[in-house]
Order: sequence, then C-alpha cells, then structure tokens
Amino acid sequence: MNAVTSKREPLLRLTRRDGIPRPQAYAIRVAGVLLSLAVSGVFIFAVTRLNPVAVYQGIFDGAFGTPRRSWVTIRDAMMLLCVGVGLAPAFKMKFWNIGAEGQILVGGVVTAGFMRAFGGRIPTPALLVLMAAVSLLAGCVWGVIPAAFKAKWGTNETLFTLMMNYVAIQITSYCVALWENPVGSNSVGIINQQTRAGWFPAVLGKEYGLNVILVLLLTAGMYIYLKYSKQGYEITVVGDSENTARYAGISVRKVTIRTMAISGAICGLAGYITVAGASHTISTVTAGGRGFTAIIVAWLAQFNTFVMILISLLLVFLQKGAIQIASQFNLNDYASNIITGIILFFILGSEFFINYRLVLRSGKEAAK
Amino acid sequence: METAVQLTNITKRFGQVVANDSVSLDIKKGEILSLLGENGSGKTTLMNMLAGIYFPDEGEIRVNGVPVTIASPKDAYACGIGMIHQHFKLVDVFTAAENIVLGLEEPGGLDLKAASAKITEICGKYGFQIDPGKKVYDMSVSEKQTVEIVKVLYRGAEILILDEPTAVLTPQETDRLFDVMRNMRADGKAMVIITHKLHEVMDVSDRVAVLRKGRYIGDVPTAETSPQALTDMMVGHAVALNINRPAPKDPSPRLEVKGVTVYDALGVKRLDNVTFTANSGEILGIAGIAGSGQKELLEAVAGLQPMAPGASIQYHSIGSDAGAPGEELVGKTPLQIKQMGVSLAFVPEDRLGMGLVGSLGMTGNMLLRTYRKGSGIFTDRKGPRQLAEQVKEELEVVTPGVNFPVRRLSGGNVQKVLVGREIAQQPSVLMTAYAVRGLDINTSYTIYNLLTEQKLQGVAVVYVGEDLDVLLELCDRILVLCGGQVSGIVDARTTTKEEVGLLMTRFQKEAAQS
Repeated sequence: MNAVTSKREPLLRLTRRDGIPRPQAYAIRVAGVLLSLAVSGVFIFAVTRLNPVAVYQGIFDGAFGTPRRSWVTIRDAMMLLCVGVGLAPAFKMKFWNIGAEGQILVGGVVTAGFMRAFGGRIPTPALLVLMAAVSLLAGCVWGVIPAAFKAKWGTNETLFTLMMNYVAIQITSYCVALWENPVGSNSVGIINQQTRAGWFPAVLGKEYGLNVILVLLLTAGMYIYLKYSKQGYEITVVGDSENTARYAGISVRKVTIRTMAISGAICGLAGYITVAGASHTISTVTAGGRGFTAIIVAWLAQFNTFVMILISLLLVFLQKGAIQIASQFNLNDYASNIITGIILFFILGSEFFINYRLVLRSGKEAAK
Repeated sequence: METAVQLTNITKRFGQVVANDSVSLDIKKGEILSLLGENGSGKTTLMNMLAGIYFPDEGEIRVNGVPVTIASPKDAYACGIGMIHQHFKLVDVFTAAENIVLGLEEPGGLDLKAASAKITEICGKYGFQIDPGKKVYDMSVSEKQTVEIVKVLYRGAEILILDEPTAVLTPQETDRLFDVMRNMRADGKAMVIITHKLHEVMDVSDRVAVLRKGRYIGDVPTAETSPQALTDMMVGHAVALNINRPAPKDPSPRLEVKGVTVYDALGVKRLDNVTFTANSGEILGIAGIAGSGQKELLEAVAGLQPMAPGASIQYHSIGSDAGAPGEELVGKTPLQIKQMGVSLAFVPEDRLGMGLVGSLGMTGNMLLRTYRKGSGIFTDRKGPRQLAEQVKEELEVVTPGVNFPVRRLSGGNVQKVLVGREIAQQPSVLMTAYAVRGLDINTSYTIYNLLTEQKLQGVAVVYVGEDLDVLLELCDRILVLCGGQVSGIVDARTTTKEEVGLLMTRFQKEAAQS
C-alpha cells in the first residue's frame, strides 16, 4: 500500500465544465488566437530569423492586401462555405458523405458542357438558370446513388462516396479530352472568353457579388431547414438514433435518400458556382480539395451554418496568407503550412478548454 | 469491529451540481453496509471515488487508518478496494479466466492454468459456481456478475462495493448472491451494497447508511429499523408505501395476441408462439428473467419487429362490440398503426437508444410524437414546449432547462421525460418496459400511480417489470415469459412470489431434466 500512500494528488486534473457563460467562451477563443500568434512567432524567429510581425503582416496582405485579393479571398471562402452547407444535412444525419469532391465535379462538368453548347445561343440569364438546374440534378444523382445503396443493401457510405469521387474524376478527364481547346493543350481553356456567355454577371458592381448572394441565401436557408422544418427534425432524429426514428414512425430509408439528394444537389451547385462564377473552365482539379476541407468546416461549426461562414473565412484566409509569405519571404511551403497548422491547433484547442477545465493540485490541501 | 475505510468530509462537484456534500462514512470489516438514497443522491458518485473512477474535490480517504490517494482503479486495487459496477465490464469473446486476469501485470508469461486453479479455489471458498473456461458470451447475466465479483476477489480485494447487483437477477439468483455475500462477510471482508429494494436491504445488510441530495443523513443498524423508517429517512418526509390497486372496471379485450414467433437477425428464436389478451382497464404484468423475450414482444406489438408467418395481433378500439373482429396490426409500420387511429404508447427498455433523441432537449423530445401535426413544412414547438414544462413540473424532472440535451440528464430523469411524454398522448394501449428501473422510491410510486390512473381511464396497460414484489402489488394479471415462451398467466392477487419465480425458470429446469 506504500505505493499508493506515497502518491499525492495528481498535479493537474481535467473536469468537465457544466456550461460556460458566452463572454468567457469568447475570451478563451481570443486567448487561443493570441497564444497561437505568440507560439508561431517563436517558431518563425527560431527557424527563419524573420520578424514575426512582418510575417503576420504578410499573411494579412496575402488575404486582404488589395481589393482584388480581398475579393478572391471572399470568393474562395464562399465556395468552401457552399460545400460545407451542402455537407451539413448529411453529417447531421451521421451519413459520412466524403463524396462532395465528386458531387462538385459532376455539377461543374455539366455546367461547363451547357456553357459550351448553349453559350451565345440562348440569353445568359436563361442559360444561368438552366445550368443551375442541371448542376443541381447532377449533384443530386451523385448523392442519391450511395444513399440508395445504403438504404437498400446497407452498403458502407464512406467507401461508396469516396469511390464515386474517382468516377467523377474519370468523367471529367474524358470531357476535358473531348472539349480540348486549343487542341494539344490538354485543357478546356477559358470557355466563351470573348462573349462571356453563361458567366456570372457583375452584381452591384462587384464581379463576385452573385456568388456571395447565392451562397449566403443557401446558408440562411439551410439554417432554417435544419432547425425549424419537419424534415430537418427528422434528420436530427435519424442522426441521433435510427431505432428512435423507427419508433416514431420515421422511414429511415426515405430520410436517408432525401437528405443525400439535398446534400448532393447543393454540392453540385457549388460546382456550378465555381465554373460559371469563378474559373470559367473545367479540369479534374476544379473541386480543389474543397469537398474534403468542407468536412472540417461542417464539423467545426457543429452544423451551424452561420458559424461555418467564420470558419470558411478563417481557413481561406490562412491559406492565402501561407501562399503570400511563401513567396514574399522566400519561405519553403512547409514553413508557412506549419504556421497555419499552429494557428489552427490553438483554435481547436480553445474549444477543448471551453468544454473542460484544468484543476491544479489544490493549494489549500497542501497548506493544511 | 475494525474500520476498513474511513471517508471524511468528502465533497464532489460536477460544475454547479454538488453530488456529494461533505460526506463522512465508515465502512467496517466483516459487515455488509447498505447505501440507500434516492436517484441523484450521490451514492454511486461516492463509491466511484473509492473505486478510482472520480477524484474527490475535497476530503480525505483512509484505508485501514492510512490516508490514501486513489487516482485510478489501479490505485483502488492496490488499496484492496474492488467495485462491481452496474454495467459489466467484460470482454465477450474471452473466457471467465481470461477476463479475470486481464490487465494484471504479473511477472512471467500468462499462466491460465494457475489462474484457473486460483479461481476454483476462490469459488470453493465462498460458494460461487463458475467454469473458468466458459466464454462470456455463453453466460447468463448472473454468471457474468459472478465473474465480476471473482475478478475483484482475485485481485485481493478486502473491500467490495456492489452497485445495484440485484437489478438483473431472479429472486433465486438474488438469494444465491446474498448467501455468497454472507460467506464473504464471515471471512472478514467489508462490503457495501447499493440497492433500491428495501426488502433486500432488510434481508442482507447489517447497517444502513442513508444519503439525501448529496448529504449524509445518518446510519442505523438494520435490526433496529423498518422499510417505512428508511424511506422516510431517504425522502425526508413520510411516504405511503402501498400501491392502490382498484379492481378492473368492465375489462374487455383490447389487444388479442396470437401465435407470435420472432427470430432475431442471427436466426435465434426469441419468441415462441406467444398468445395472450390484454384487457382494457387492466394492468397486465410481464415477468421473466432479463432477455426472455420481453423486448421483442413489446416491439412486435409496436410494429418494430418482423414476425414469423402465422402471427396475429388484433386491436379492438374503444367502444367496439364485444366479439366483433378487431383490426389486424401485424405487417403494419408504426406510422400505419398510428394512422389507423391506434394510440399506442410505448416506453422501451433502451430509453436513449429507442425512445428518445439524446442530443435534443425535453421540448425536442416531446415533439417526437407530434411533429407531423399541421400541414406546413415547419414544426410547431409551442405545444411541445408547454408539455415539456408540464412534465418537468409534474414529474419533478431535474434539468437546467427544457432545451438541455436529455442525454446529459441522470437516468431517472431521462425515464421521467419518456414516461411523461408517452402518458401525455392519451393512449388506448400503454406498454412500459422496466418503467421504474433506476428510479428512486418516491418517483417509482409516482409512476405506479400514473399507471393505475391510466388503467382507471380504461387503458390497457402492459407493464414489463423486474421487481416481483411490485408486480404482485401493482398488476391484475401476470404473464410469465421463459425463454421466449409463455410459461404461465397467473392472477396477481392470489399468486405468490415463489410461484412466479418458478415459472420464470420452468422450461430451463425441464430442459435440464430431460
């Protein structure tokens, strides 16, 4: 028993918090950000001998240095947000849709196809509506296939949606070869560069105004759908416990398929926004990994689509900043990624300290 | 008697909630101490601090007079303290012996033979019956519990804590457990038993310590007290300890169940040709060892369990002619049954896994039965919120708010939310599985009264229970299940505990004899 008696109370213990006032939670988050800046400052100076403040300045410049950069940052954040909004209902239902990448691609491919085929032949507003409709449909089909298989035969949706990504990539490279322009470039080039037919028009004088409006509408709509609609309620119940859903007379199959139709369709629409509203071309990297990054966005926000706005902005901001400091200070890519990593680590860490608190070995006891 | 463990001014807080408020308690060698208290009075929390699951915020623990720090279950074993938890912690695919030695860091290789010999020796000493080579998945609940107890003794525990050990046992198994406990007491071990069943407290313990709302109320020698006095101590005021059982008023068949046979996903027969009638205005009790088909039976009626061909469940609506054919429920989904106008309330055994949505609050859970109401696409939350407030008040649900996730409520409160919702839908058939499991005396009686009230309103109540004393006092008739078969339907007013207990194991014995 000596082994035990010689031990003192552990120096640090974790206990779960019972809830925390909102201002205190934000204080912890702010502290997390400040701490992350301090730690990456030490890292920057130790490794590169650069002035951390100048590097931070560089990160900020990369994202918001000029109006043009700001708009690109916003544009990219909106595309990421759109995918995150699409994933929210699926993940809320505990359907592990990691096939957003493929759903974006098929949405993008049909958009590009219609843009090439009908650009200049029908008016741009009508073409935009048409392309939106077909991209929704394509993404929807891509989402429903794995859902139907799961509902019917209990297939694993993680593997299924992942493999659907590769099918979408193959289809895309076939289309790129088919639509090659100029021949031999192995790319589609900018579609309708002269006529701008089927491109998003400038709204309120801003090139990406329509992107922002569309995605924010989706964000608000999804928030209301998940929180207040009957279907949103069914998604919550199915995600929490399929047995409870059956107990309440909810058809798990129907909800699974319906929810994935919505999830896939929105991801398909993200492909449309990317092609018609930003890149005006199509390639196998059009989705650019957003289908995976958006999973982080959706989970970090706990499926609250408004919180997703902040998280997408943060991720894109860090990404743009990393690119900027890499070129401005001649840093290796990895160095800038490490800085991004440190900042993210502390932000995630602050969530931990919002849920738990550390208890030091109590001084009171020791004084006795 | 020598003191084995001395707790002094132990305090434990979870956030704002004080689970134990400066509790001081002595546990003595060669004595069985009963720890009594209502739900949430802090019994399990207090014992978990001895077992190294929690760490006290304040206070001192002395074992054999020496102050100790118990920061992990390993420390607890080093102090000679072993706890048998409510939920067994065994590896299904391992044998009894493998489970017992699991986690022990003994020098040299794993010597299962020596371990088996030591296990057999322990079993012989105290009167356990266990086969060291038997796999856990082949064991009954009572055998698994025995393995847990032997595991603790194998590690040399001198102080044993049993958290509601009888909740899953038949009366005969309970008696056997108590015999073993008396043997261990004779051997000088200190024992603490947590139980809600007062007759067991009176039966087995030497001393009773009572907790109320996290505070230590006091202790009394069992010989000098009575169930009534203990209840009053626990609750803090006098409680009437009898169930009012009015005679059924014009009972008529409400549910006629015929030839229900159910196979599970593995093809094992769970229900075998079950036939019975549940009458309106009557409480039909269902008794049986855990896992005798109770769950499958209720789920079959609720439309959640596929049945083998030949089954029939006829529903006679309120006011329908006697002798007229009922409506067939077999083959219908829960939604179809509801749309037929059958108001079926069901409190399933797995509350969070089947009856409730853990991540939602009380309001969100009240919504589960009514969210389809109205033609719009949005849910109406006003009614459910009022219902949530009403259930919270009437059943005294302890929750920070009606939107606080029910998953984080204590077991008893979760149960109240579920029972409250199901009764509120004014059912014509009310089925409950272990409606009072884990509830304290006060709340249990509230639930019994609610069920009797429903019965008086002409509802056909089906009550699956585990406490035979309650079944005998509350129900009008008792159906006994044994291995998926109906081994008897008896009149609850005239039968005895022994008769029901024998019916519960009837087919097992016949199988053993043949």
